Amino acid sequence: MRRAGHAEWTKLRTEAGNGWLVLGVVALTVAVGAAVAMTSRCDAVGCGEDPARLSLTGVMVGQVVVAIVAVLMVGNEYSSGMMKTTLAAMPRRLTVLGAKVCVLTAVMLVAGTVAVLASLLTGRIVQPDRGFTEAHGYGALSLADGPTLRAAVGSVLYLVLIGLLSLGIAMVVRSSATAIGIVLALLFIFPILAQVVADPDWQRHLQQISPMTAGLAVQSTIDLGKLPIGPWKGLGVLALWAAGALTAGGWLLRARDA
Amino acid sequence: MTATLTPSRAAARPARGGFAQLLHAEWTKFRTVRGWVASSVGAVLVICLVGLLATAAGNQSGPEGTSALPVGPGGQAVNDSFYFVHQPLQGDGTITVSVSSLTGVVATDPKSSRPGLAPWAKAGIIVKDGLDQGSAYAAMMLTGAHGVRMQYDYTHDIAGAAGRATREQPVWLRLQRSGDTVTGYQSTDGTKWTEVGSARLSGLSATAQVGLFVASPSVEEKTGTGTGFAPAVATGAFDQVDLGGRWSAGSWQQRQVSDGAGTSGSYSQTTKGQAVATGSGFTVTGAGDIAPVVGGPATSGVRTIENFLVGAFAGLIIMVVVGAGYITVEYRRGLIGVTLAASPRRGRVLVAKALVVGSIAFVVGLVSAAVMVPFGGQRSESNGFPVLTVPSGTELRVVVGTGLLLAVASVLALAVGTILRRSAVAITVVVVGMVLPYLLATASVLPDGASEWLLRVTPAAGFAIQQSVARYEQVVTVYAPGSGYFPLAPWSGFAVLCAYAAVAFAVAVVLLRRRDV
Repeated sequence: MRRAGHAEWTKLRTEAGNGWLVLGVVALTVAVGAAVAMTSRCDAVGCGEDPARLSLTGVMVGQVVVAIVAVLMVGNEYSSGMMKTTLAAMPRRLTVLGAKVCVLTAVMLVAGTVAVLASLLTGRIVQPDRGFTEAHGYGALSLADGPTLRAAVGSVLYLVLIGLLSLGIAMVVRSSATAIGIVLALLFIFPILAQVVADPDWQRHLQQISPMTAGLAVQSTIDLGKLPIGPWKGLGVLALWAAGALTAGGWLLRARDA
Repeated sequence: MTATLTPSRAAARPARGGFAQLLHAEWTKFRTVRGWVASSVGAVLVICLVGLLATAAGNQSGPEGTSALPVGPGGQAVNDSFYFVHQPLQGDGTITVSVSSLTGVVATDPKSSRPGLAPWAKAGIIVKDGLDQGSAYAAMMLTGAHGVRMQYDYTHDIAGAAGRATREQPVWLRLQRSGDTVTGYQSTDGTKWTEVGSARLSGLSATAQVGLFVASPSVEEKTGTGTGFAPAVATGAFDQVDLGGRWSAGSWQQRQVSDGAGTSGSYSQTTKGQAVATGSGFTVTGAGDIAPVVGGPATSGVRTIENFLVGAFAGLIIMVVVGAGYITVEYRRGLIGVTLAASPRRGRVLVAKALVVGSIAFVVGLVSAAVMVPFGGQRSESNGFPVLTVPSGTELRVVVGTGLLLAVASVLALAVGTILRRSAVAITVVVVGMVLPYLLATASVLPDGASEWLLRVTPAAGFAIQQSVARYEQVVTVYAPGSGYFPLAPWSGFAVLCAYAAVAFAVAVVLLRRRDV
């Protein structure tokens, strides 16, 4: 398993473009978070804005780069025929999948932590000038604050889980193009559909099963009662999606010819 | 010894029709890849399935929750509810009146109320084809905050003089019917008259209902968490009612036109519509509006035709995958070398590809929209949600626009795919560029200014072509992306998307020419 992990790490490290993509996760997350922090403002007590969530909005953009990295880890091997070599060298196929999961998790934990901490730091610097002050009922963003810490840890885990979901889907369809299409559709179509459905119950259920909407509930620090699903429960929904995709991918990897 | 060289058949074929041949070659490539054909057919099914899911929910308040909306002479859904004091006028004639006050009451909660007047509360005179909702009309009115107005057939609004009415300084209004034409006048003293405008109401029946009316749309209430609308009524005092022409012996009748007040406003528990005769006129209290229906918080129980096309987002992702794959697969399999050797004018190869994939995406969008708009409407109405009727020209633009949207998106994906030569990145760039800004702008994550900005400068502006609801100066609502209003007009928004596609395509052609395969 250690050697399998090392092999996957070498493949990920030496593939041209992956370094840029991982940098892209951090840069896009921080840049979009900063842009939102600089445009949003709170004008009075009870403005209903969530400063932690606003600074972490960039995760919505960073996640798609995570998805690209994960999809390419599998898609490139199939398109180049490398997969045959990989499986010949490591005939225990679930070990291959496990190694990919471990390497991706480790890389995204590091990239996600950097991105999330930088986003929160930007928010902490920018937001007091945008009306998020003691007078309006907001303290500066701080990891010592329980909900903010949960939002930070949850956002990092969210990015990791999006990566694992994408990895699983790529394992199932074996093509980067199709896989990224399915991942983006899963992420974006649920929230758009939820806006259109007029019945509030349906809307709530759609939001509860949507990987993105439910997963990002973990970023909320105020008005938790108004969320369609609790913060950790929501992240759990995303974890179920990821587990489902990985199970399907692992089963097919074992069952199919390469 | 002589040998006769027979030219090969390919070389013997004349070079003319080169582009048609190229197009045929590209079409053959598309047609013979099972995945692409299946995806295109699948896209139609997905657009329809997602659309059906969006209309599956039933209205919890039951079939009588919101009744079907009347349709005006222009073909769009309208609100037509007001308190009407009327009598029939045969043929030509005039009505003149002075309005000496316009006041209002806003319900703050079911039991209590406060004084307040909607900016577009209306008190005035009207010539109306009949008492049916949605019938043609022309009216002169004093409004809460926008002075004297002449309005006709729901969507037309002509400004008169600004100002308010007082007992000492009333506002005089006059309507004159002559044939199909109704002309509106206003005056400050009842002797010197100024024409405000005139309206041609084709087919106005010989006997029109003419009289006094008062209406008040609900009042916008800004709270910390958003914008709400509170029911309001208005009361207008009319004096010196003067009639000219063949009237039916001076017996006035009064009624509320429409039982429900549509989406524009309603009576609260403590108010009702009425007309009380005073010395030389009436004091009339009414709620509702005579205006086109717009999107926004007040129309939450009403569906628009673009609601049935929400599946276009899913179809768009599929066609983007196909469009990007159409070129990146050639790079991956090395087919691009053969393609470019067979057709050395590389720009034309890309044009042929764009034509093929764009046409297919156009057909996918057009067919699914042409199915979903009527079918979704039918389903929605049977589930208790009325559909906001729009003029047939708008409906055609939305249906054809869905096809164009998918076509341009797939060409954009083809161009980005050529530039990047990597399908996953190209697909993500296009989908994220088009869909994520739309999602961020409509999910009320961002402040309004930032949302509108996103829908002006990103390729997501193109979704404006699916907007069926129109903006009207004379109707107050939340004209924001969240309630279906794009900051750019439909075709300008689409032009922004086209500009992105054109630039990407130009860069792709230059790179394809310059690069080695």
